[in-house]
Amino acid sequence: MTAQIIYAFVTVLLGVGGCFGYFYGSNWLLDRTFPANANNDASAVRNLRIQGNIRPWLFLGPALLLLSVYLIFPVIQTFWLSFHDRAGDQFVGLANYKWAFSDDQFRLSIFNNILWLAVVPALCTLMGLIIAVLTDRLWWGNLAKSLIFMPLAISFVGASVIWKFVYDYRGEGQQQIGILNAIVTYFGGDPQVWIALPFWNNFFLMVILVWIQTGFATVILAAALRGIPEDTLEAATIDGAGPFKIFFRIMVPQIYGTILVVWTTITVLVLKIFDIVLTMTNSQWNTSVLANLMFDWMFRGGGDFGRGAAIAIVIMVAVLPIMIWNIRQANAEQKGH
Amino acid sequence: MANIKLTNVNKSYGLVSIIKDVSLDIKSGEFIVFVGPSGCGKSTLLRSISGLDQVTSGTLEIDNAVVNDVPPSKRGIAMVFQSYALYPHMSVFENIGFALENQGLPRAEIKRKVEAVGEMLQLTSYLARLPKALSGGQRQRVAIGRAIVRGAKVFLFDEPLSNLDAALRVQMRMEIAKLKRDLPNTTMIYVTHDQVEAMTMADRIVVLQAGKVMQVGTPMELYENPNSVFVAGFIGSPKMNFITGKPADKLKAKTIGVRPEHFEFSKTATDISGTLDYTEILGSDSFLYVSTPTGMLTVREPGRTQYKTGQKLNLKPIAEHVHRFGENDTRII
Amino acid sequence: MFKSFSLEPSRIALNLAVLFIVALWTFPTAGLLLSSLRDKNDIAASGWWTALASADVSKKGRLKGMADQVQKDGKYTVSGNLLEGAEAVSGKISAFGTKVQNPTANAAGATATLENGQTLQVNADGSYLFTAPAALTEDSAGRVFYVASQPPRFTSENYQTVLFSEGIGRSFINSLTVTIPATIIPILIAAFAAYALAWMKLPFRGLIIAIIVGLLVVPLQMSLIPLLKLYNAAGTFMGVPSKTYLGVWLAHTGFGLPFAIYLLRSYIAGLPKDLIESAQIDGANDFKIFRRVVLPLCFPALASFAIFQFLWVWNDLLVAIVFLGSGPDQLVLTGKLNALLGSRGGNWEILTASAFVTIIVPLTVFFSLQRYFVRGLLAGSVKGG
Repeated sequence: MTAQIIYAFVTVLLGVGGCFGYFYGSNWLLDRTFPANANNDASAVRNLRIQGNIRPWLFLGPALLLLSVYLIFPVIQTFWLSFHDRAGDQFVGLANYKWAFSDDQFRLSIFNNILWLAVVPALCTLMGLIIAVLTDRLWWGNLAKSLIFMPLAISFVGASVIWKFVYDYRGEGQQQIGILNAIVTYFGGDPQVWIALPFWNNFFLMVILVWIQTGFATVILAAALRGIPEDTLEAATIDGAGPFKIFFRIMVPQIYGTILVVWTTITVLVLKIFDIVLTMTNSQWNTSVLANLMFDWMFRGGGDFGRGAAIAIVIMVAVLPIMIWNIRQANAEQKGH
Repeated sequence: MANIKLTNVNKSYGLVSIIKDVSLDIKSGEFIVFVGPSGCGKSTLLRSISGLDQVTSGTLEIDNAVVNDVPPSKRGIAMVFQSYALYPHMSVFENIGFALENQGLPRAEIKRKVEAVGEMLQLTSYLARLPKALSGGQRQRVAIGRAIVRGAKVFLFDEPLSNLDAALRVQMRMEIAKLKRDLPNTTMIYVTHDQVEAMTMADRIVVLQAGKVMQVGTPMELYENPNSVFVAGFIGSPKMNFITGKPADKLKAKTIGVRPEHFEFSKTATDISGTLDYTEILGSDSFLYVSTPTGMLTVREPGRTQYKTGQKLNLKPIAEHVHRFGENDTRII
Repeated sequence: MFKSFSLEPSRIALNLAVLFIVALWTFPTAGLLLSSLRDKNDIAASGWWTALASADVSKKGRLKGMADQVQKDGKYTVSGNLLEGAEAVSGKISAFGTKVQNPTANAAGATATLENGQTLQVNADGSYLFTAPAALTEDSAGRVFYVASQPPRFTSENYQTVLFSEGIGRSFINSLTVTIPATIIPILIAAFAAYALAWMKLPFRGLIIAIIVGLLVVPLQMSLIPLLKLYNAAGTFMGVPSKTYLGVWLAHTGFGLPFAIYLLRSYIAGLPKDLIESAQIDGANDFKIFRRVVLPLCFPALASFAIFQFLWVWNDLLVAIVFLGSGPDQLVLTGKLNALLGSRGGNWEILTASAFVTIIVPLTVFFSLQRYFVRGLLAGSVKGG
């Protein structure tokens, strides 16, 4: 164990040190090669200009290199693969896309994805808004928000252990150790295998993501609520508006932009949802979503890169407009203030 | 010792032209104020001189050397920003010494210079503090200290007093005037939209409008001989009255300008008669707003006025103080 | 915010409502924590919510037999105690019976009449008296089923098991080895890039920013195959293993960069322009401005991204599976847990304890630094964060 800790420590030191070394070293070299310390000397001015042309690329270089290798190259490769057959040798035109839209599993995945899109962002935002409003003036509001925020720190694998435990099923007559079945049987119902219930199991998986993401929505919306000028609320009270009227007519319109940002952020996340389905059901019992379908075609039995790639492109194209809108919105907000 | 010379300087962002063909000759050790309404390009002109913005065309010389392509740090200038731009995480000492540190000066010399400046600006006991622990005036002095410590030949001030309250502004105005006296060889350029600052501090004022230089001159030259309706209206408070129609025709002008203090009251009817709409009594002066056929006119009367609202007044401009402007709003000599 | 909230009844209702929601949100995790501290038989036998109360547990015991019988008044008796050890001190029997179908046939202290004239009396403290008209010929006089109330029991045994014999401890160190550099390296690289994109003059700046933001949409899973091929090719070419810590650090860095640059750029671009220009006039070059002025001032944004990235890397399963080997010196915690989910799917004592070990670090990081975490979230989506 000690040997491993020392090994780990040295590895960490080397990795981090190398990164620092690059930035210090390259900039030192630049200052050394084109010295600009002499005052008002023509060559110093020239060197300063050369430095100014080179230095941005020293700063950006590692980022651009890593982005190219880890994201841009795979995107291009995937795009190319999506027009080729299973091994990537034969050009097949749009065949993979045609296959996809006529495949039952793909349709099911799209349907499930749409189901997730319709439910999760709306539920997270709504819950977030309700909790943000309720905790706003509570002395232990911050503690409450922290506890609701906490699941965000838990891994999907960890979360799935937690929720498998919640959904655990024991045969009828046995004592249920999953709390959901325990509650159901307490009220006289029959225990269910929740994650295998066709159609409804999707919702039991969604609950997990709502559990994880509501804290995110809460924190951001709570900050937005704080930003509402107090006078507008006081003015509304003087104008005789009740609490619900104040909420819907005064508060919500003022944080509308933030609500949309939260909504779209979660939407993008939902479109890429993968881990929960993988660890909870492994796409069984009709719970497959696009990312898992792609994963299966790429890594599992299917082994058809072309089809997997086509699905990946479909996901990207679906996310893109929302993302563009989101960024536009954020930029507009920034410019406005 | 550094003179500054601008020759046909233009500056544009894309298609939008901000500075239009500006030529200026600033003598060494002069205190120049750029003044004009917001958006007139005065700050851009200052930033072009500093090197933070590049001029699009024309030449810019500091100390007889063309500096168009010289980066800001090599132009021998120092700048005091409107927001002071103090580094919030550095102490006053580090703030003042940062430029020296960048020049690679030895530690002892930095210490000596910073302490000397601190003494000059009465900041000695604040050197270890962070900017947030200082008052507005002290922050302003640190910003000035940063400029002084480098021994720059040119100081550039970008609306440095606009963040201060009225009382502090008067005090800092005096401190900058004192600084100018203490550093007679340093050329200073000061940008403001406040004509009072311009009038009280400048050796010469440059009035800018829409990227063009309207007039350059000493404060009194501009006050007494404004060369255009714009300059006449911009310099002086309350604003000069502009009268068109019959009184102007009589003097063979399109418009005549009369400052509020340059009216007399007449017992008999004059060309400019009206009713007193409203008075403002300031104690030392009274401002009378008189509604006439040519528009609302402002009249300044020393002390407290005896006229009542609603009363009919006959106004007569003092002949030698009447400014005449022609068709294109320029002065008729 | 609402005036009516200050009224007493609605104030109470509000508190109760929030309490209910918080309970709903913490219940699943609380269940995990409590279960991981329970005896492994208890986990499977009863719900974790019963763990804190004394539980009625159905148990069975065996009466002593012929070896211990005593003859008295023409009858043969056997006596003893059903509860042993710690149970004997705190346990309490409420009912008993001799048939598995009906363990609560007789109340404690009552005497049950059995077949062949035999009787059995079991008291609350566990002591029993068995009488029979004829001598016993077997080792045991029979089985007894009883319901005993059991006080809460907690144990750290599960943790000892997972930390030392299940290899979770090893994986813990592997996770740290992956996470620390995979957090620091992207911060450094992204901060430099963000500064360049916010304040330096360079061609194609707008295009580069647009591309980086566009890369936010790339689903991670699609990069895996092309990268795996690339890693294998590079590994063969340079004669090194293709699955290395360096490889996984760089992968996490690459995947984390778009968000990091996006977040840090918007923060750094929001720094006062005067400050940067003042430093330029003061003769500092961009490297110095970055180090002395920008870096100290964007600490909140750096901290929040660090927490993000730390949580993301620590919680990641996929990247680690693909780019890092699955040997004991490379398997990370989430991978280990996932493997346990497959191989020990029914062993809740292993799963709950392992899961809690994997979430303890992110939870600690989160609760100690959540101030920055929240601030960083806000920087991206609400003005002025």
